[in-house]
Amino acid sequence: MPQDFLSNLYVFILAGFVGFEIIKRVSPLLHTPLMSLTNALDAIVVVAAIIIAGRHETRLSTILGLIAIAASFSNMVGGFFITDRMLRMFKTGKQPKKS
Amino acid sequence: MTQIATQQLIDSAYIVAVVFFILAIKWLSSPVSARRGVLVGEIAAALAVGATLANPELSQYKWIIICLIIGAGIGIPLGMVHMTAVPQRTALSHAFGALSASMIGIAEYYVGVPNVTRFGMGEIGLEVIIGSLTFTGSLIAAGKLQEILPQRPIVYKGQNLVSLSVLGAAIVLAIALIVNPANSVLFPIMVIVSLLFGILLVTPIGGADMPTVISLLNSYAGFSAALLGFVLNSKVLVVAGALDGSSGFILSVIMCKAMNRSFTNVMFGAFGQVQTSTKAAEEARTVRSASAEEAAGILGAASKVAIVPGYGMAVAQAQHKVRELYDALTKRGVDVRFGIHPVAGRMPGHMNVLLAEADIPYDRLIEMDDMNSDLPQTDVALIIGANDVTNPAARSDQSSPIYGMPILDVDKARTVMVIKRSMNPGFAGIDNPLYYFDKTLMLFGDAKSFVADIVRELGGNSH
Repeated sequence: MPQDFLSNLYVFILAGFVGFEIIKRVSPLLHTPLMSLTNALDAIVVVAAIIIAGRHETRLSTILGLIAIAASFSNMVGGFFITDRMLRMFKTGKQPKKS
Repeated sequence: MTQIATQQLIDSAYIVAVVFFILAIKWLSSPVSARRGVLVGEIAAALAVGATLANPELSQYKWIIICLIIGAGIGIPLGMVHMTAVPQRTALSHAFGALSASMIGIAEYYVGVPNVTRFGMGEIGLEVIIGSLTFTGSLIAAGKLQEILPQRPIVYKGQNLVSLSVLGAAIVLAIALIVNPANSVLFPIMVIVSLLFGILLVTPIGGADMPTVISLLNSYAGFSAALLGFVLNSKVLVVAGALDGSSGFILSVIMCKAMNRSFTNVMFGAFGQVQTSTKAAEEARTVRSASAEEAAGILGAASKVAIVPGYGMAVAQAQHKVRELYDALTKRGVDVRFGIHPVAGRMPGHMNVLLAEADIPYDRLIEMDDMNSDLPQTDVALIIGANDVTNPAARSDQSSPIYGMPILDVDKARTVMVIKRSMNPGFAGIDNPLYYFDKTLMLFGDAKSFVADIVRELGGNSH
């Protein structure tokens, strides 16, 4: 277990640095879409939920896994959906206005 | 295909997903490439979910599919809310993310017990504590933003002591579980205590502090997912969680700086105290008020106008009327720009999405520092529903609770106009000396109808 821990820590630290560098560059204009997008990406937890629910180890773990599937998948679908909706609203003055 | 080969294929899909996740955020650096970012994010998510469904360990897909459909059924309507409701939707999505991470952590414990190692217990304990407190904390935040719960801070004596004791209890229970992971009676108690702590953490926080709180909860939700990655030894979760966690963390720091609160202050969540005004006895000061007609005259004659929106604009749903004002003034050749304070509204970037929804071009939305260098050359600063972010006391009055907070220097414009319901102090209860300046005109009324009146006076179309 500690062996896994170290390799995970390795990945965590590197991902944290990458995250810091790219998020710093996100325009404050887009901070709301940033939050909804990272939320949708974070919903990748659904893959773990699918495995927990699909293994059927105990009745409890299956039920908890299924709740987790619904909760995280709603974030994934809703997060991408609203982020795209928001980004479509950002227009420059030159483009013709729709609606 | 052998099981090992399938597993390698699944892992490869996860690696591609991780790369796409990073690209997705990278492309958010500009509104031009941002939508491409969403697309790669979606591809990555579809790839990862698809690969997972191919996992040979799975059996019986029926309920998994049903729950995916339920999730989509909840997610799509939540993705369709109005831009004014985005803060509460975001808080709710943090709650769902944290709920999901805690459920899996709890399941992992019960599947493993009594063979959970001490080290594994430490990981699960931390993950479940953070996930649970983020779940209830985010629900409270969403409730406050939706105004189901009172937005004002709810405080009582000894609050910090009570909250910290509850957190302490959760940690003690986690330590007891690490000493003896098989003691499964303690586990549900630890979960309940953590859920309680989440409630206590957010209840005392007022609406004006929500941008910081939402960012902080975002960070917690991300880190709980990353910790879950440690528990399950899943690198894709570690990376996604680290990205989400650091995003929330950076936003919290930005929000803190924009409110001049210290970093420690944020980490321990000890903010949102009610601050009472130190200056109550200055009622003799006079204010100048103006009608919509006068305001329209001044705005129409200006060559440069800066509009400063705040949460009040969102509450009054005035953004579409503001857009009409923008159009009417632009048509007359007036240069109109919007000064956006980082903490205006209820979440980071809230004003930008509201104004973008009203079709205001994003190159007109100006960050605080750029706006401030331009305000001394501005004829009129029009403040709509913003208060503390324009309060000059933050610069000059050391006794003010917001002293040191960076503000939009609207008082440097030649004329200041403030649309406000009445002279009642703003949300934080802090008096704003700006209103008593000679160059300030108060426009008393509802933001939406007042802006509509100005537009009508300007001869624009106000329907």
